[in-house]
Amino acid sequence: MKIFIIDYGAGNLPSVERALRSLGAETECVTRPEQVAAARALVLPGVGHFSAFVTGLRERNLTAALQHAIAGGIPVLGICLGLQAMFSASAEAPGEQGLDLIHENVQALPTNVKSPHIGWNQLRRLRKSILLREIPHDAYFYFAHSYAVAASEPHTAAACDHGFPFAAVLEQDNMMAVQFHPEKSGDAGWHVLRNFLEWAQ
Amino acid sequence: MTLARRIIPCLDVDAGRVVKGVEFASLRDMGDPEELAARYNREGADELILLDITASRDGRATFLDTVRRVAQQLNIPFTAGGGIRRLEDGNAVLRAGADKVTVNTAAVERPELISELAAQFGSQAVVLSMDVKKTNAAWEVFIRGGAESSGRDAAAWAREGVARGAGEILLTSIDRDGTCSGFDCGLTAAIAAQVSVPVIASGGAKTFEDFLAVFGEGQADAALAASIFHTAEHSIGALKKYLAGRGVPVRLSR
Repeated sequence: MKIFIIDYGAGNLPSVERALRSLGAETECVTRPEQVAAARALVLPGVGHFSAFVTGLRERNLTAALQHAIAGGIPVLGICLGLQAMFSASAEAPGEQGLDLIHENVQALPTNVKSPHIGWNQLRRLRKSILLREIPHDAYFYFAHSYAVAASEPHTAAACDHGFPFAAVLEQDNMMAVQFHPEKSGDAGWHVLRNFLEWAQ
Repeated sequence: MTLARRIIPCLDVDAGRVVKGVEFASLRDMGDPEELAARYNREGADELILLDITASRDGRATFLDTVRRVAQQLNIPFTAGGGIRRLEDGNAVLRAGADKVTVNTAAVERPELISELAAQFGSQAVVLSMDVKKTNAAWEVFIRGGAESSGRDAAAWAREGVARGAGEILLTSIDRDGTCSGFDCGLTAAIAAQVSVPVIASGGAKTFEDFLAVFGEGQADAALAASIFHTAEHSIGALKKYLAGRGVPVRLSR
């Protein structure tokens, strides 16, 4: 199947692309709104600053196209900043608006823990998960972030604890997202991508 | 559920080959970067660091090509650096497939480089590398591969680097590097207590006990080594099993 990867002008796109291709998917990088309209499955990768992400989308006229496609039910996987961009706003960039698909805000990690949260951590499953199907419960995933969304119903399928319990795996209707980097999380991470591809078929 | 302590093999590369120096001098060929990267990825390394130790202008293209080839072998995070002087240098290694960029001498000479990289790529992509040597009673930052004193105090520089946006500190003890006499746990703990970001200890690793010590009294978040892994003296898998057996949280590959 063909996966359309949103290219907002920065980030970890090549490694996400390489992982998806190795798993048998075709990929196309999306820089124009008409590509979004033609897509059957989207991946929203991202690293760096929230404002660079939303500005990059806006400058390419991708914001409304993405909101429309995702509201219309197309399968989407957000990665790291791509998860955060699905929300209304972030403490990292006050005044900037996210895709606003979920009406909550992204928060800074508290100051009593090391930040950025960098390294391999485990997950706490809150319910049956599509993305984590057949992955051992003690598997580790690679995180690299300073902001996060508080774990809550109905979107969080698995949480991770670093300062507060945050959404590590989000599954809500057609929206899937992970705060960690599956493309950098060894075999367990690639398994997550494979689960997404199978589900999005 | 705990953040795992990381084991990070480091590839020092010169003209497309992995080399190893002893106390920052006398290079020795240790193998092909792609082959070593693939092996470490398979053996359960948590991350890989690739350093261009020549960092000459004309060697840049060769290094970027090595970064590109190594990136193809990995599904773990990957840091590259050596000779990063400007924002464009950082951009080039990240575009070649690295996830993070490490800066050292140029950041000491022009600390704004750290802020520029962090603003562009995010703190999680910026690793401040510090080569530290004990001088009299102080820990001092050295530059140009350990050849020159910077006059900066290690703890003060670590704090400044983090304030400017570095997301991790790669801390190398020049006194211990290549000596196989163990990590400098005193130095590592002193720096880790000063900053809110992860500290990667480097220099002097020889035995499994050295790693246990640096994660314990050294308070390190990650530990880096080169030659002991390259020569296959120790496998990463065996090291991690040893650490797990002694209560250190590590990611065991299956």
